[in-house]
Amino acid sequence: MSEIELRLPSDPKLLKIIRASVSHLCEICGFAEDERNAVTLAVDEAVANIIKHTYNSANNKPIVIFFRVLDDRLQVVLRDFGNKLDLSKIKSRNLDDVRPGGLGVHFIKSAMDEVHYDNTLEVGNQLTLTKYLFPKKEK
Amino acid sequence: MEVRVDDRDSVKIVEVEGEVDLYSSPQLRKILLDLTKKEQKAILVELSKVKYMDSSGIATLVEALQQTSKYSGKLKLANLRDAVRDVFELSRLDKVFDIYPTTEDALKAF
Repeated sequence: MSEIELRLPSDPKLLKIIRASVSHLCEICGFAEDERNAVTLAVDEAVANIIKHTYNSANNKPIVIFFRVLDDRLQVVLRDFGNKLDLSKIKSRNLDDVRPGGLGVHFIKSAMDEVHYDNTLEVGNQLTLTKYLFPKKEK
Repeated sequence: MEVRVDDRDSVKIVEVEGEVDLYSSPQLRKILLDLTKKEQKAILVELSKVKYMDSSGIATLVEALQQTSKYSGKLKLANLRDAVRDVFELSRLDKVFDIYPTTEDALKAF
């Protein structure tokens, strides 16, 4: 198992660095190109949501991203120290309702095999995203 | 990201290059909304040089599309790379936008 930790401020300018890291790790794990793109999009959207919603677009707040490369999966843990998430409001929107915004959670849930939000920490939130190298049977 | 606006007859061609994300999409939004405020009848967004687009980029295009429909204008997209087309398909917006394989095809459709 390899673990990589990325600490960076909540600056949208830095999303590009996160995407490059995720894409490269997916390549190391052996994900196909379409999966690599989907996982990269999911992590980008998750970080964008932290910037917009838990930090109200402040660009100097801490975000910590742990990448765990396991034999059968890539796990990405995103830690923020901002506003507590209201888990009842985190859901994919109805795609028939065409309007700007609200697609990020849909992209995250579509790309990842497991999505787990934890808002029970003393400060902030933690989101764990898991993508298996080979789809699990129940999926 | 870089955005260039060209005229081709009565069509404004908005050529986007680079990655459209939370950082860069406000720039594209400003350019598109400047055009829709002027009630530009025909807008073609050319995406052949866009290798990445996230939900903020999609939201920007949806907003511009909705603005054009208010004054019976048209907004079309052309030349999407596979990675960008996948994002449109994932959000089912490939059914909402008029998407053409080439700029010339899109221009003929106005």
